[in-house]
Amino acid sequence: MESKKAAHREQKIMSSTQVLHSLIGGGLIGIAATVMLLFNGRTTGISGIVSSSLAKPTKEGLWRWGFVGGLLFGGGITYMIQPELFKSFHQEKPLIILFAGFLVGYGTSLGSGCTSGHGICGLSRFSKRSAVATLTFMLLGFLAAQVAYRLHGGAT
Amino acid sequence: MTNSTNKQFLVSFFSGVLFAAGLAISGMTQPDKIIRFLTPQIWDPSLSFVMAGAVGLHAFTYHLVRKRKHPILDTKWHIPTRTDITAPLIIGSALFGIGWALVGFCPGPALVTLATGNPSAILFVSAMALGMVFYKKNSLLIKLGKAIRNFILRKQLKLSHRNQG
Repeated sequence: MESKKAAHREQKIMSSTQVLHSLIGGGLIGIAATVMLLFNGRTTGISGIVSSSLAKPTKEGLWRWGFVGGLLFGGGITYMIQPELFKSFHQEKPLIILFAGFLVGYGTSLGSGCTSGHGICGLSRFSKRSAVATLTFMLLGFLAAQVAYRLHGGAT
Repeated sequence: MTNSTNKQFLVSFFSGVLFAAGLAISGMTQPDKIIRFLTPQIWDPSLSFVMAGAVGLHAFTYHLVRKRKHPILDTKWHIPTRTDITAPLIIGSALFGIGWALVGFCPGPALVTLATGNPSAILFVSAMALGMVFYKKNSLLIKLGKAIRNFILRKQLKLSHRNQG
């Protein structure tokens, strides 16, 4: 009985190492955004950076390619050092991935930002627009996740 | 290419590497954690700690850095200035939120995971790019349509005035 309760508790509570990892990772993201701001005078809205990169290459837009390159390079290096950081359930149904990806691409363009642009940079700037945007995508994310969760009978 | 363009490129690259590392270390490259964050029944609070760490730090550094007249490698700031709450902002954010919850990917983590060759990430980023291009083409068409409509309306107005006068 006791071991069952303990196992259940361990499942529910996040380990302190995971909390630390999330805080430190978040701090690194904050530093990345600070560097972009201090040197280039720009916000780090990844959807905007990617969207603008999908145009003819210009001198003015070179920094965007640099950032995307950094994301990819950083991802590759991190994966080589600690592949467990990428170990997760991944949605594998192609139609769902295509639909979701399209919604993310279109929605971030229409809404002028994503979790990094509105959620991190916008909130740090105390932007009302970003606060509204963040609340909106969090709320709709919660609703969509609920529907998906219940459709699967309460499992991922 | 000017000297500062090169430097800005290098800084952006460096920022991207840091950002990718931050996303991975914090667990944000695990879509399972995102989906669980958005599903209270199986809640994973990781995202809230990431936001706390990121915004906690950047809210402070943003206002400190902005005290400067201009950034180090540029003569002016390139910060968004809009303050209006519009329908596109809300609708766009809603659509983004739905897509985000379905697969647990937003643009940043998707790109970082793309570098690992993950097939879901490859498909997602392709579809995301498609969505972005579709928006650009659409908005051009909408702008063109509005311009044509305004032109016709103005012509009709001029004609009706001439007939009355």
